[in-house]
Amino acid sequence: MSSPFLEATALSCERDWRLLFENLDIRLDAGQMLQVSGPNGSGKTSLLRVLAGLRPPTSGTVHLKGQPLARRSGELADDLLWIGHAAGIKGLLSAEENLAWLCALHRPASREQIWQALEAVGLRGFEDVPCHTLSAGQQRRVALARLYLHGPPLWILDEPFTALDKQAVSQLEDHLAGHCRNGGLVVLTTHHSLSRVPDGYRDLDLGQHGA
Amino acid sequence: MNSLFMLLVVREARLLCRRPAELANPLVFFAIVIALFPLAVGPQTQLLQSLSPGLVWVAALLAVLLSLDGLFRSDFEDGSLEQWLLSSHPLPVLVLAKVMAHWLFSGLALVLLSPLLALMLGLPGRCLPVLLASLLLGTPILSLLGAIGAALTVGLKRGGLLLALLILPLYIPVLILGSGALQASLQGLPVAGHLLWLASLAALTITLTPFAIAAGLKISVSE
Repeated sequence: MSSPFLEATALSCERDWRLLFENLDIRLDAGQMLQVSGPNGSGKTSLLRVLAGLRPPTSGTVHLKGQPLARRSGELADDLLWIGHAAGIKGLLSAEENLAWLCALHRPASREQIWQALEAVGLRGFEDVPCHTLSAGQQRRVALARLYLHGPPLWILDEPFTALDKQAVSQLEDHLAGHCRNGGLVVLTTHHSLSRVPDGYRDLDLGQHGA
Repeated sequence: MNSLFMLLVVREARLLCRRPAELANPLVFFAIVIALFPLAVGPQTQLLQSLSPGLVWVAALLAVLLSLDGLFRSDFEDGSLEQWLLSSHPLPVLVLAKVMAHWLFSGLALVLLSPLLALMLGLPGRCLPVLLASLLLGTPILSLLGAIGAALTVGLKRGGLLLALLILPLYIPVLILGSGALQASLQGLPVAGHLLWLASLAALTITLTPFAIAAGLKISVSE
């Protein structure tokens, strides 16, 4: 049997001497979506950061494509896209400048592709406005525009729906489901219940697991 | 890799130009500290002149330290550092580019301002080339060493004082060599030895500190 794309074994995580979760096993294959839910402070963001390799787990291992995450640090950008709660968007730079930099950092993209991605998230006409003048929802859209560029298969998104309006939420849900249909993987946290989910959808409730 | 380096420099330049206060604050601080000394010790030209090598260097050192506190702060708060860590480019190269870009816009301005302030303290004109050379070699070292502290303290709410306590001891060799070169030139002694030592320290910090800064950032982000 081939190893799954993302596999976490016996994960546990401590924060400030408090056990957030323990003995967590996650297997995720192409086409699957994992929604991590749970009350505030139950360790959703910590789990996502562990899966993205931004934070070492207290115990347990994370394997990506059968290899330990820690040993793949240089190649992570080929497999994994992380958009945290703070998404790396500079308020002083324009939407286009922000995206151009993030693309240069991860995967090169042309100016046209960046403009198309911005149009896809409904930011046409806001390309060269400094991001601090945009609303919170629009700033989130700038970060989410990365999902409309040619990207890696695994998306790890921390609260991607924050501050988005209804129409943008349903558009993003469609886009995530479409990504899974095309063989991608999505791990996300959100408090709202998704209305459109792909076949490989699973839910992980940390509130029940950790306590 | 080269293009990324240039992109990062351009990005930093844009950021600094759109918030010029960050650029100006260390320079104003530098100028004010130098201007305070004649007021404190009195306007005796002889005394000020013999003190000037040390004064200019201590003021430059503090100004660099002041500018470094915020070096990684905004990148940490808006999540940019997380993206850096996950990037396909090696983190030490990114941080070296970031620190050098920061130095180009703050350190270099400091160096260019220094002759004016040194003349105010009565440093003779013949010492100015040595002043410029020593600061040109010394301020990148100060920036790179300070960036280690900035990387380690970036996660703390008030890291400013801790940064100074961590980093000032590491500045001692640079201070001794830099002000030593200036002192030697003031007394008409050869300065090549001091400057060569500074140059070798600069080469050492440029090669080694990026790894320490990258490790510090990893620790700060994973907290």
